[in-house]
Amino acid sequence: MSETVLSIQHLSISFKTSNGMVNAIRGLDLDLYKGKTLAIVGESGSGKSVTVKAIMRILSGNQKINSGSIIFNYDRDGEKVSEDLLKLSKKEMRSRINGRRIAMVFQDPMTSLNPTMTIGKQIMESMIIHQLKKKRTEAYQRALELLRLVGITDPEKRMKNYPHQLSGGMRQRVVIAIMLACDPEVLICDEPTTALDVTIQAKILELIKEIQAKTHISVIYITHDLGVVAKVADYVAVMYAGKIVERGTVNEIFYDPKHPYTWGLLSSMPDIDSENEKLYTIPGSPPNLLHKIEGDAFAPRNVHALKIDFKQEPPMFKVTDTHYAATWLLHENAPKVEMSETLRRRIDKVVKEAGSPWKQLRS
Amino acid sequence: METTPLLKVTNLKQHFKMSNKFTVKAVDGVSFEIHEGETYGLVGESGSGKSTIGRSIIRLYQPTSGTVTFQGVNISGPLKAKEQVLLRTKMQMIFQDPMACLNPRKKVIDIIAQGLDIHKLYKTKQERKEKVDRILNKVGLSREHANRYPHQFSGGQRQRIGIARALIMEPKLIIADEAISALDVSIQAQVVNLMKDIQEETNTAFLFIAHDLSMVKYISDRIGVLHLGNLVETGTTQEIFDHPVHPYTKSLLSAIPHANPIKEKKRVPISYDYATSGVDYTKGIQQKISDSHSVLATDEEIRAWTGGAI
Repeated sequence: MSETVLSIQHLSISFKTSNGMVNAIRGLDLDLYKGKTLAIVGESGSGKSVTVKAIMRILSGNQKINSGSIIFNYDRDGEKVSEDLLKLSKKEMRSRINGRRIAMVFQDPMTSLNPTMTIGKQIMESMIIHQLKKKRTEAYQRALELLRLVGITDPEKRMKNYPHQLSGGMRQRVVIAIMLACDPEVLICDEPTTALDVTIQAKILELIKEIQAKTHISVIYITHDLGVVAKVADYVAVMYAGKIVERGTVNEIFYDPKHPYTWGLLSSMPDIDSENEKLYTIPGSPPNLLHKIEGDAFAPRNVHALKIDFKQEPPMFKVTDTHYAATWLLHENAPKVEMSETLRRRIDKVVKEAGSPWKQLRS
Repeated sequence: METTPLLKVTNLKQHFKMSNKFTVKAVDGVSFEIHEGETYGLVGESGSGKSTIGRSIIRLYQPTSGTVTFQGVNISGPLKAKEQVLLRTKMQMIFQDPMACLNPRKKVIDIIAQGLDIHKLYKTKQERKEKVDRILNKVGLSREHANRYPHQFSGGQRQRIGIARALIMEPKLIIADEAISALDVSIQAQVVNLMKDIQEETNTAFLFIAHDLSMVKYISDRIGVLHLGNLVETGTTQEIFDHPVHPYTKSLLSAIPHANPIKEKKRVPISYDYATSGVDYTKGIQQKISDSHSVLATDEEIRAWTGGAI
């Protein structure tokens, strides 16, 4: 196993609202490994974005970190440094970490670019602020290099363009170029392709993978599109109501899911090869985190819920060294519950298509 | 076809004049038909003109040229009062952003009943309320929701309100412009199931505009693929997905990520670039592959793409 870059432990975050405290993140543990991609999936409101905003320390004013730590390991001038990001001051975060070591790509490329500045200026800005390039000419050369890296042709001309002169896909490429300007250790992508259409999405995903192969950057990828997860991720964490309910390698999550919520997510995805049957929906809606949750947060929506699910919160059960799931179904005394027939068939088919590697892995 | 289609679009063009020198040809000669009770999916990348088509049909824009007939009535020219009423009652639209399309100052009951109010389709207040309650029930909301405001609902619920507003007019055709793109996967499934149920019950036709091909496949009977304002390929869902002919359709299909990590990591999507492909849409004509399947191509192109099979 490669080394850990980012390690989140027991993170808990609340929002102060007029109705009371909302517990958005309720004790979250997560590791990011060097050069790997971690995908976080879940419904809106499950706390995916809040988690990564906590890493960047860009939570809004009414959000409060109750407890936990985010340990960030990186190389500073050849020396290994390990820091708790939650202990740094906002100023230190801004001057040393944000943009420099950890960079973030947001969902909408139009709102994350400054409409009054040229593309070139925006790419050079961070290099000059973080004093990586002393001279403007150096920064300019590096910016050209970056634009070429993200697949923009004729970079000299593009440097003088304003964001509105570029298409959506181009803009997102520019945003990625800006993020890569300071050679960060970690790149966080918060639904970077949701606003783009499939053909552009495919190109951006390829681009992120290529860059990762070249620079060995670690990536956290937030999305609710499981197809995208299958394409980019090495590890997957499934979030529900502020907690990780299942995590494992991408193969384990797709070929051998254990948590009923993961089953639901996989079933509700339209299958491109399937016949015209009714789409599966997870019954009910996510819990209101304003109220204290008794037992398993998913229990009221879970058709397989056991009595204990309503009383006691399940711990993380170990499936393999890399695969964990928080469901009482994995307890040794639990009755044997299987996923639905349809999903079973679908997974069997997918496994067959994938060929032998996964079977060897399982046996 | 045995019956006259519900909607017939012939050679529709929609140009926007940006300046004296420059005109954007958003839609450049598109023809298709929608039959009663069927769902026609319109797909393409952003900027391909799919939303423009929807808006031109329902006359949010004034079409530059071409004809649109709805239930046998021409609705693309200047509208008389009678035609206007037909268009505004029997054709409805569902919009992309469920927050932006609902008036935040109005209660749900007034939002849904607005069409009834305008066209005076009820006699008593009681009747109005009953109609709204029935529709709310149909889209899976309860009658208590009628007196709330849009901000008190989640994204999926808001989209249901949008659907209820369209349904209350008992339309023959609903234009759903990216109606599910802004929703979560699990909510998308709920809304799509709801649209399918409604279609079964009321025999309403849908023009479903989207860029998510997997959902389009799931909901549509027939699909039209748009690129740069041209309908490059149209056919039944099966034909488009199993035997795509046009290279743009192929690239679009190959760009859909599959939920199979091992296979997906090895797969490279086919890329298609109009500028370098040597395909000229202005030269092509609609070539028939089968009764329902046709492709925009020149004679040489069609031979090259199908391997001389036709």
